[in-house]
Amino acid sequence: MSALLEVRGVSVSFDGFRAINNLSFAIDRAELRAVIGPNGAGKTTFMDIVTGKTRPDAGDVIFGDPPRSLLRMTEAQIARAGVGRKFQRPTVFEDQSVFANLMMALNAPRNPFAVLRFRPTSRHRDQVQDLAEEVGLAPHLTRVAGELSHGQKQWLEIGMLLAQDPLLLLVDEPAAGMTLAEREHTTTLLRRLATTRAVVVVEHDMEFVRRLDCRVTVLHEGSVLAEGSLDHVTADPQVIDVYLGRG
Amino acid sequence: MRRSTLIFLALLALSTAAVTVMAGGGLISTSFVKTLGMTLCLCLAAVAMDLVWGYAGILSLGHMAFFALGGYMIGMWLMWARTEAIVVQALSGQPLPPTAEEIRQGIGGQIFGVVGTSDIPWIWSFAHSLPLQLLLVVLVPGLLAAVFGWLAFRSRVTGVYLSILTQAMTLALALYLFQNDSGLRGNNGLSGLQNLPGVSAPQEVTALWLFWASALALAGGYLLAAWVVGGKFGSVIRAIRDDEQRVRFLGYPVEGFKLFVFTLTAVIAAIAGALYYPQAGIINPAEMMPIASIYLAVWVAIGGRGRLYGAVIGAAVVSLLSSWFTGGRAPSIPLGFYTIDWVDWWQVLLGLAFVLVTLLAPKGIGGLFR
Repeated sequence: MSALLEVRGVSVSFDGFRAINNLSFAIDRAELRAVIGPNGAGKTTFMDIVTGKTRPDAGDVIFGDPPRSLLRMTEAQIARAGVGRKFQRPTVFEDQSVFANLMMALNAPRNPFAVLRFRPTSRHRDQVQDLAEEVGLAPHLTRVAGELSHGQKQWLEIGMLLAQDPLLLLVDEPAAGMTLAEREHTTTLLRRLATTRAVVVVEHDMEFVRRLDCRVTVLHEGSVLAEGSLDHVTADPQVIDVYLGRG
Repeated sequence: MRRSTLIFLALLALSTAAVTVMAGGGLISTSFVKTLGMTLCLCLAAVAMDLVWGYAGILSLGHMAFFALGGYMIGMWLMWARTEAIVVQALSGQPLPPTAEEIRQGIGGQIFGVVGTSDIPWIWSFAHSLPLQLLLVVLVPGLLAAVFGWLAFRSRVTGVYLSILTQAMTLALALYLFQNDSGLRGNNGLSGLQNLPGVSAPQEVTALWLFWASALALAGGYLLAAWVVGGKFGSVIRAIRDDEQRVRFLGYPVEGFKLFVFTLTAVIAAIAGALYYPQAGIINPAEMMPIASIYLAVWVAIGGRGRLYGAVIGAAVVSLLSSWFTGGRAPSIPLGFYTIDWVDWWQVLLGLAFVLVTLLAPKGIGGLFR
């Protein structure tokens, strides 16, 4: 079985600064992967490339079944092909209700004319209700998202990602600003999600990565420095040198 | 249907009936009926502006260009048909009945004499036919908006840059039409539009017809806008307004949504214009100058963005006040050393009102109802 996502020799520069340098790696269809690395290692740029926000100067990004290059696709097309992204700061539509936020994310035709004709059926309402229950927001469906607490907004965004039902989930620092209990809840959810799809977690927090208990890719200066279990990479002298040694 | 839509439609029906009764009883003049009818058209343009700016976040400073284009398109038929009747009348005294070519030459001389020619420009090819010219009311502004929007949105021009681009578009169009060889009579514009060809009814009757038509168009436009923003589509365009990149990551083709809204609102504005200018009686390129579109944005801001009834309130209140102040009916205020003449000072008052609304009631007059 071929990989779900394959990044092949990707490079990108911003004003002469090489953010990503000949980066190659692959992720399987049902896999949880943590991507770690010091600031400026290219973690966010990697996500920008996969989601279509940034175009690389060289290399290719192959995704899905049948495998397709993501480089010729727009952000919206990539999202529809099954790549979901969770931002570090919770980005929900604060002006609208929790229900409207989830309904917008729910899998349904996305072109303007189809959306214009769309009227939610009881099946759609049930799906939204189930999602809201899953992320603990069922009592808040009619509330405006802007009124939610920081943690609730994080959960709403996760709910919206679940509604999209992506094949690949890119999660940027999910533990940031979460309490210990919320972190445990998040870890459980991510691990469960990774049984049916690929989940890539970009994280700073080593303790959180340890909880995820998964394969780890260490990025440094835009390329892969080491890959393996957390114990394996933390024992790597190069990794200690560039990243862990500083702490 | 939302409560506010029902209330709005009921109020519109009531005031239309009231105006009809008062006009029939001679309580209000024909010119005031026309002013009210024109106000309804401006309200419809404001609904379009609210849809594109208040909901989708595209601050277009060119929607009055579509409004005026709609007016030009209907004006061409009005002027052609009326001139044709005059020419036929004038030639009827001759022993031989006039040929089609003679009538054409007569019309050309009558309409284009002011710009020193009697040749009929090709853009007048359909002016003899009301159905074709009505089609152009929708097609010309719609196509212009679609092409302009497609170019602008696919290059991801947003925010203030897009506003400047729309302003440049309307200015360029106005400057072009000011030229005598533009085919639309240069700065003379089209006139005599208040005379409906083939209708012998007096002005006080036709004024009411156009007033009813305007009320009907406003009701229809409002219902359409309410339907568009009421469902998931409204949700998506408001989301685009607040964070369009995030909407892309949800898989929505943002550019397609913007183009749809931009084009739809251009067509609504054009229909409003096509009803406005027969009541105004005259249209010239000055109507397309960017200031007109800026006023439209000010009305919507004062009335309340993101609320359809807010846009209507803003357009109605401000444009009626404006015609009262600038119509010479507002009493001047003598201060001894200086006299406040409202024709000049109205603009200052409007500017002040705009600043105050922005500072004290950012949601506009419409926002006070919640």
